[in-house]
Amino acid sequence: MSRLMSWRELEIGCVVPEPGNSVRYKTGDWRALRPVLDKSKCIKCLLCWVYCPEPAIIRHEDDSVEIDYNYCKGCGICANECPVKAITMVPEGGE
Amino acid sequence: MAGQVKSIKEIPREELFAPGHRLCAGCGIPPLVRIVLKAVPGPKVVVTATGCLEVATTIFPYTSWRVPWVHNAFENAAATASGIEAAFRILEKKRGIKRPKIIVFGGDGGTFDIGLQALSGALERGHDMIYICYDNEAYMNTGIQRSGATPRGAATTTSPAGRVIPGKMERKKDLLGIAIAHGVRYAATLNPAFPVDMYNKIVKAASVEGPTVLHYLCPCPTGWRFDPSRTIEVARLAVMTRMWPLYEYEDGRYRITVMVKKPRPIEDYIKLQGRFRHLLQPENRWVLDQLRRDVEEFWERLVRLASASE
Amino acid sequence: MAAVTRVKGQRRVGMTGDEAVAYAVKQADVDVIAAYPITPQTIIVERLAEYVNNGELNAAFIPVESEHSALSTCVGASLAGARVFTATASQGLALMYEILWIASSMRTTIVMALANRALSAPINIHCSHDDAYAARDTGWIQFFAENVQEAYDLTIQAFKVAEDKRVLLPTIINLDGFILSHSLEGLYVLSDNDVRKFLPPKEPVNPIDVERPMTYGPLALYDYYYEFKRAQAEAMKNSYPVILEVFKEYEKISGRRYAPVKEYGMEDAEVAMVILGSSAGTARYVARRMRERGEKVGVLSLTLYRPFPEKEIVERLRGVKAAIIMDRSYSFGSPGAQLFMDIAAALYNEGERPLLINAIYGLGGRDLTPEQVEAAFRAAFEAAKTGVVKEREIWLGVR
Repeated sequence: MSRLMSWRELEIGCVVPEPGNSVRYKTGDWRALRPVLDKSKCIKCLLCWVYCPEPAIIRHEDDSVEIDYNYCKGCGICANECPVKAITMVPEGGE
Repeated sequence: MAGQVKSIKEIPREELFAPGHRLCAGCGIPPLVRIVLKAVPGPKVVVTATGCLEVATTIFPYTSWRVPWVHNAFENAAATASGIEAAFRILEKKRGIKRPKIIVFGGDGGTFDIGLQALSGALERGHDMIYICYDNEAYMNTGIQRSGATPRGAATTTSPAGRVIPGKMERKKDLLGIAIAHGVRYAATLNPAFPVDMYNKIVKAASVEGPTVLHYLCPCPTGWRFDPSRTIEVARLAVMTRMWPLYEYEDGRYRITVMVKKPRPIEDYIKLQGRFRHLLQPENRWVLDQLRRDVEEFWERLVRLASASE
Repeated sequence: MAAVTRVKGQRRVGMTGDEAVAYAVKQADVDVIAAYPITPQTIIVERLAEYVNNGELNAAFIPVESEHSALSTCVGASLAGARVFTATASQGLALMYEILWIASSMRTTIVMALANRALSAPINIHCSHDDAYAARDTGWIQFFAENVQEAYDLTIQAFKVAEDKRVLLPTIINLDGFILSHSLEGLYVLSDNDVRKFLPPKEPVNPIDVERPMTYGPLALYDYYYEFKRAQAEAMKNSYPVILEVFKEYEKISGRRYAPVKEYGMEDAEVAMVILGSSAGTARYVARRMRERGEKVGVLSLTLYRPFPEKEIVERLRGVKAAIIMDRSYSFGSPGAQLFMDIAAALYNEGERPLLINAIYGLGGRDLTPEQVEAAFRAAFEAAKTGVVKEREIWLGVR
């Protein structure tokens, strides 16, 4: 949202009419650490996908996963829970 | 039962909960919400009490909800849901409008304490709704104050680990016991580290016509003071130490859904969390012992109820 | 209200205020009723339960466990698109207070009957206007009934006003506790058909709809809250012309014309009494006697309280030398009780305006006697004569 609405532009009542529009708010800039996925190790167990609190893990048709860095807050749950340690947390923006 | 799954892969892909919300990194709430919205079939409406979930997901002009979502006040989620439920029932009769399933999310604050009356009324009247308490064991949204769900010994800002009184001295309220006493047909505990168990219990709750109550352990890195990467790990330990038994109640029968034959000592759970750290000091050992007794008593009672149900 | 003309299709019946309100709600074909009993509103709730259980009213009757839940439940039901009704009094309204603000900000169309009763302590079940006034800032439209006929008529009109797409605000009909709620009076009731035509089923705006998933009741920070309130203020202002329209439309089917303000003897009044609620009848009775003696008194009674009918009041008080503002309540520490403050604020910037005296009366169901009314007029005459208000606040009939 680049411009703040005036009172006349508000929808009637206290409502947000557009579902899921929080996707416009990119929480990816919260990160101090970023997860890096080694796809060669991934066994497609989908644990990272099911646990991610954003969700910032995209589940593809073939059950492979991809991290959505637009929203990832760098909590590290995915790295901690991955049974084959396919995900490592590295400092955002490098050392 | 139709709709239940055997593995995580079978959990539906569609996300009705959008990212871009302002919940803390590592928050234990979204794993619940995402799975609930996938597990409950058909059209649904969500009602949420004031609290972390409500505040962080609906900061105007944004919303993370892709289903109709209603927030009224702190203590009246169950009452608000009762009104929506009754309205759709009568509008279905009078004008053929299709009735959606109502899901209510309340924190432990909005459920155990200030919201208990409204929940009690809604349960007694038998409204068709799934009431889910995401229990992070304190009033987290206002800055970690104690609630009736705070476990014995835990430090919060209103039950600090002081020199004279080391943390909360009262035991945790038994929410499901209260719900069952109201005659609900289905009630269960949930835990994010056991997603398939969680998913299937929600499917079962959704199939019941009438009120059901689900109680979710919601680890909170900010309030319990542990690294955000360990949310699921902490949740798992809660089960493995028997601090959080995973069970369900269905039409008079109790069933432990994740049996813990050899429990880990509760110290393993305690030592990971800043809110319990003072309990490891020798002068507070008596509190830790009481907490351990609370856990043992509850587990033993549950085992008795479960075997009587067989 | 103009003299009642017999419009065809109406029946003459005897009902108490509570019964009349319940009957109006039944004819309005509400969808959801959520209420908690409290004296003196209990008859409303009981009658509605009877209608529903006997199949005379096709509605969901939700016996909630408290007034706070009653209004919360109503909010949910209204958002779901239902026509909703509740009733309460005194402590019950006080318990709902938190939700009153939410109900109006979320633009619900809830209609509430308030059987005006004094607030504790000490506990008292009889009439004061404390509860009505407690709601005056909350964004609800408020009507005051003077008799059972008005309680019935205003209830029906309230649904039409509240649900109008240009309004969408919750509405209260006030009826004096016991004096109206429990008094049997004769009234004309419309036919079911006429009410149905006047009140077609609610056409909700932005109702909960799975096909159009919206978020209701978000958090608004300091960047937006202010604009929401500005929009709400505009809605309340916009309700005024709609209320006048509805009054006009109702006259066509009932023969009874409502107006924001009723006047008696105001054409040449030197001294006037401003009042609301059932005691307006007593005021007019005394005024008529005094006018027969040649004393130029007038009575202004308010049917509409919120939005406040400023224009009407200012116009009618022009030329009056002194006015007594009657308050059946009190606002501790304030520069006048509630109606007094409303009137004083409305008049302040006017060039020509009367001196004002605030008379407190009838708290906790104490009778307002003709003698007390006359004493109040006397005080106004004194001020009119001397040009000075010696005592701004007088308590009628207190020992």
